[in-house]
Amino acid sequence: MTGDPAKMSCAEFQAQLPELIATGEDAAAHPHLQSCQDCRAFLASLEAIAEAARQLFPSVEPPDEVWERIESAIRREAAGSFDPGL
Amino acid sequence: MADSPTPAQAPNRSQSRRGADVLGAAAGRSATSIPAGSSNSVEAGALTRAQAGDHEAFAQLYALHKRQIYSLCLRMVGNIVEAEDLTQEAFLQLHRKIATFRGDSAFSTWLHRLAVNVVLMRLRKKGLSLISLDEAMEPTPTEGPSRSFGSADLRLTGAIDRLALERAVAELPAGYRLIFILHDVEGFEHNEIASMLDCSIGNSKSQLHKARLKLRDALRAQNRQKEPS
Repeated sequence: MTGDPAKMSCAEFQAQLPELIATGEDAAAHPHLQSCQDCRAFLASLEAIAEAARQLFPSVEPPDEVWERIESAIRREAAGSFDPGL
Repeated sequence: MADSPTPAQAPNRSQSRRGADVLGAAAGRSATSIPAGSSNSVEAGALTRAQAGDHEAFAQLYALHKRQIYSLCLRMVGNIVEAEDLTQEAFLQLHRKIATFRGDSAFSTWLHRLAVNVVLMRLRKKGLSLISLDEAMEPTPTEGPSRSFGSADLRLTGAIDRLALERAVAELPAGYRLIFILHDVEGFEHNEIASMLDCSIGNSKSQLHKARLKLRDALRAQNRQKEPS
């Protein structure tokens, strides 16, 4: 493995990518990407997925029965019939 | 119970992240960055009263946070019945522990974490070994980095279809899915995830990366199916 980031192979770059991403550094500025279109596209696809993740699974309301069950369970617990395995 | 007109804002929807760090940063939520909202004063009053045993105040807290907690459970387990059950359990836990909340973090963050722990306990009971997260780190012939480059179709074509991505997330192995949801959707940081899952920070980072790779592969496969032959 070369010590020069600009000369590293795609495999070397991608092996470092999880750590590079997790540190919050601007992975897109890595010297390897200046000359590697494949890895630029690879990184762009991961960024697109992370970006899209924030729009996933819009929040939804639970049905009213959930609160009714919670209230019942609270009443049971208050009455001394607490079931720790609930 | 009177429903609150202003549910507390879910902690995972920051719009202020820079594009460059979209992969590395959690999705906008941190223990100290819950956005202030008009519900905060309502919540603070209800919280104080609920801690003193006021049932109506507890009902108000439920109204404020039910959507956030139910949605979290649903994302993590992908099953409506189970998500309802977990929501119930999370709020029962809240009822038992609410007096212990000291305000070291925002209440919604505390509750969010309590709910995650409830879900994780359930998953563990169901046999999701978090050690399997380590196992999943082992590269296999189909998911090593070597297949991630050198081909012309690396770039995802066009905008990512939300439903397609949700389907792909639903089909992820449980360990991958858990970390992807916790980090990319719910916005937990790697150190928080490592603490919750009792794994290393490096493990969390690696799992997230592999989850994204799997999602990318799944989306590419879906794109190929859409292409006219």
